[in-house]
Amino acid sequence: MADTEPTSSAQIQPVEVLYCGVCTFPVEYCEFGSHLTKCKEWLHETHPDLYEKYYSEEALHAKLGTLSLEAQEKLEKDTAKKEAKAEAKAEAAQKKKMASQITIKRIERNKRKFVTAVHGLEAFDVDLKKTAKFFAQKFATGASVTKNAQGLDEIVVQGDVSGDIVEMIEDGAGPLKGIPSDNVVEVEEKKKKGGGD
Amino acid sequence: MFKKFSPSSDVSGQTSLKSSVQRSIRSGILSQWKVDPETFEQIWPKKESLTLVKCREHISVYTLHGEPLFFQHFDGPFYPTLRLLHKYPFVLPKVGVDRGAIRFLLAGAHMMCPGMTSKGGYLPPADAALPAGTPVAIQAEGKEHAVGIGLTKLGTEEMKKVNKGVGVETVTYIGDDFWALKTL
Repeated sequence: MADTEPTSSAQIQPVEVLYCGVCTFPVEYCEFGSHLTKCKEWLHETHPDLYEKYYSEEALHAKLGTLSLEAQEKLEKDTAKKEAKAEAKAEAAQKKKMASQITIKRIERNKRKFVTAVHGLEAFDVDLKKTAKFFAQKFATGASVTKNAQGLDEIVVQGDVSGDIVEMIEDGAGPLKGIPSDNVVEVEEKKKKGGGD
Repeated sequence: MFKKFSPSSDVSGQTSLKSSVQRSIRSGILSQWKVDPETFEQIWPKKESLTLVKCREHISVYTLHGEPLFFQHFDGPFYPTLRLLHKYPFVLPKVGVDRGAIRFLLAGAHMMCPGMTSKGGYLPPADAALPAGTPVAIQAEGKEHAVGIGLTKLGTEEMKKVNKGVGVETVTYIGDDFWALKTL
């Protein structure tokens, strides 16, 4: 512990660390992340002086000094590979997101009474709990996050509000921002006879 | 510890803490970390109350306004979160690893002795030796900020002597799931 500065009675101000906007690492660690090229661009745009510090010729040379050439080459190769992999992954995720559907189901509970189940929102990075609360407030009814038969989370809203929810998704109201409205499907489910509750 | 961590399945509950428990946490941290009460006041103001987030495998994360501040395994030592450590780098003793090890550390590997005894690494000198089981900040060669937080498995003097096998067990590192989690 000899290397830390002696603590005085005055408050020590926190160190401000700049985190990369792309990979969230402290900027000096971007080179080990999987988006190096993007990180570099980001830093170049937002903090040109720091960019000079980390990616100028001298800085690169200083790095080489501590590592054998072969190891450095290998590292670079690995980074490139990782980057390609991450990109492919992001693309696949995006594709999946575009393909995933939101199902709005109107379930008949008791003849003229309905509940509406919204399923598939989580694929679009929507906070289900918050959305349920939002629905409850908008419609002045109960809304909750429950697990359905497949063990997946869905939002159940009391009352028939399927039409309104579709509209809200189209408008991107509240937490429902950025959901493509083409992916929304409406279905109706009739209760089988003999169901109790 | 946090290589895989998802709040939806790994968190078992959140509770706000009793003030007596908070008092004992505060005194525990002040005795374990190298931080004076005035500075710690900034990190965790006296008036604010912590929330305990219980996670799998007896990990407790303590959050302030949803932001994780420190965590603990069983009744073990308190670790600051990496973001907190970046702000107050002096709270934990440091060890350093050479450049070659960073890559593995960022993949979640434990830190081996040779990485710290080599030229690029750093271990505290003999008069400030750390015993086994001390939380440490893992610094990286040529970098300013800590790259991870670990727990020493051997004393630092022992590491120099043995120079083989795991020296520091990695607890959390930049880019793991706990890092990705900004609020709980």
